[in-house]
Amino acid sequence: MYGDHSGTPEQVWSHDAYADDGDADFLALIQADGRVEPRDAMPNAYRASLVRQIAQHAHSEIIGMQPEGNWISRAPSLKRKAILMAKVQDEAGHGLYLYAAAETLGVDRSELLDKLHTGRHKYSSIFNYPTLTWADMGAIGWLVDGAAIVNQVPITRCSYGPYARAMVRICKEESFHQRQGFEILHTLSNGSPAQHAMAQDAVDRWWWPSLMMFGPPDDASPNSERSMRWGIKRFSNDELRQRFVDMTVPQAQALGLTLPDPELAYDDTTGHWRTGAIDFTELFEVIAGNGPCNAARMAHRRGAHERGQWVRDAAAAYADKHRSATATGAVA
Amino acid sequence: MSDTDIAAYALRLGDDALVLAQRMGDWIASAPQLEEDVALANIALDLLGQARALLTYAGALVLGADGGPRSEDDLTYLRDEREFVNAQLVELPDHGDFGHCIARLLVFSSWQYELYAALADSADQTLAAVAAKAVKEVDYHRDHATQWVLRLGDGTPMSRQRMQHALDAVWPHVEELFETDDLVVRLVSERVAVDPAELRTPVLAYVAAVVDRATLAVPVTTVRHSGGRRGIHTEAMGYLLAELQHLARSHPGATW
Repeated sequence: MYGDHSGTPEQVWSHDAYADDGDADFLALIQADGRVEPRDAMPNAYRASLVRQIAQHAHSEIIGMQPEGNWISRAPSLKRKAILMAKVQDEAGHGLYLYAAAETLGVDRSELLDKLHTGRHKYSSIFNYPTLTWADMGAIGWLVDGAAIVNQVPITRCSYGPYARAMVRICKEESFHQRQGFEILHTLSNGSPAQHAMAQDAVDRWWWPSLMMFGPPDDASPNSERSMRWGIKRFSNDELRQRFVDMTVPQAQALGLTLPDPELAYDDTTGHWRTGAIDFTELFEVIAGNGPCNAARMAHRRGAHERGQWVRDAAAAYADKHRSATATGAVA
Repeated sequence: MSDTDIAAYALRLGDDALVLAQRMGDWIASAPQLEEDVALANIALDLLGQARALLTYAGALVLGADGGPRSEDDLTYLRDEREFVNAQLVELPDHGDFGHCIARLLVFSSWQYELYAALADSADQTLAAVAAKAVKEVDYHRDHATQWVLRLGDGTPMSRQRMQHALDAVWPHVEELFETDDLVVRLVSERVAVDPAELRTPVLAYVAAVVDRATLAVPVTTVRHSGGRRGIHTEAMGYLLAELQHLARSHPGATW
């Protein structure tokens, strides 16, 4: 899915990186909207920034499997169960592409996972909210994946080739997920009164966190500027958030659901929907580790990794044995 | 041949696939590595697809209390535990042990492979078509389980021990897969069903060969659990169904 991208406080540039903005060839390539490929020379800070961003994105995909995985066993029809399984599987696949894209920059997945497991790398804060009802599967698809698409479509034109190409495929799948989420909510909204209420409750809980996926307001987002200069980021947080709001409000109307913002209004002069003020203190609390599910998500991830250690060790030992067997001419 | 018999048979195979899909689904987001999350999800999805085809067929053959066909969801969500007729093997909980998941998958996919390969020639065209498609999927499941048993058996001393324990744990549930009863006898005589007893030799031969290559031992046990085909399950089954069914049952008549 997803990830609140560059410019969020979750993505902290290393300070010494500012010293290294790239040589003339690199900057000329970027300015000509060319693609940087793994074997090209690039500034260390550009490389480090991309590793961090792509890894954070990959981590978000695999942590994002949990809130939806939470409902696989309880999906209310076999069709919904199949769709949900396939969706969570897609997220694992996105994680794989993204870790592979990060590996083109000279890091390896186990190192990145270690950073996630030890809290040195972050993931999108949206996954630190709980999925309390089935309608949350709809709201996540519609709002969270919807916001992710708005964030990620511009990354298909990111200056780093492998990341941009991974994102093309991911965006196609996200778009499918978003429509699935919409369809879940549409069915619930037009279902029994209890189902309608379930859908409304989920939208009430997920709307504001979705808006915060775009990161803090532009005037409080000091990291965005160089990221834009480097062609990693194409639009500001507020521009992307506005695009999401404009896209989503008519969809909410089509769903027959209300967005929980009494100040939401259409501005005739600009042609945009205006929201009420966003309370970012909550986002910062969740980023600080105090969201409802931060501890649970990390415990689950570490637990799965630790319980799988013997399996990975066995696979490695088996590969070693059979590699040496092959090397000495023995038949395995 | 009676529709009631065919429905009862399709229900057995459908319940096997459904219940194992539910168990495999628990691994998604909890597997030892990301590639395995993808692979186990694939297997779960294949099984769920088989279950949907088989349950839909069973539900169409025998009308429900309202005089209409029963849907895959009616059969999944509205039957009680004693009405489920899956073999007990598929309902066993893994308790987070990947070795257990793989031991069960090796046995079950080897059984399903032989079953579907033979059922593809069924006189019942629907069962034959489901089996012809499913056998290709199950071929992959069996290979996946095989590759893991080899690695876990012939990996580290610890993995070898754990894989052996996992095989030992599932073994008392293996013989149930090969049981024949009156329903099967009637359907075999009509060339509709496959006699499970005839699957025993090829399935155990395949499994034993894998176990041997993995430097493990085929478990020896006199313990033999049975009853799934008559709706007698392990205690774990009630919890599995409680989770599977609670939401659908909380909203009677709702559409999702």
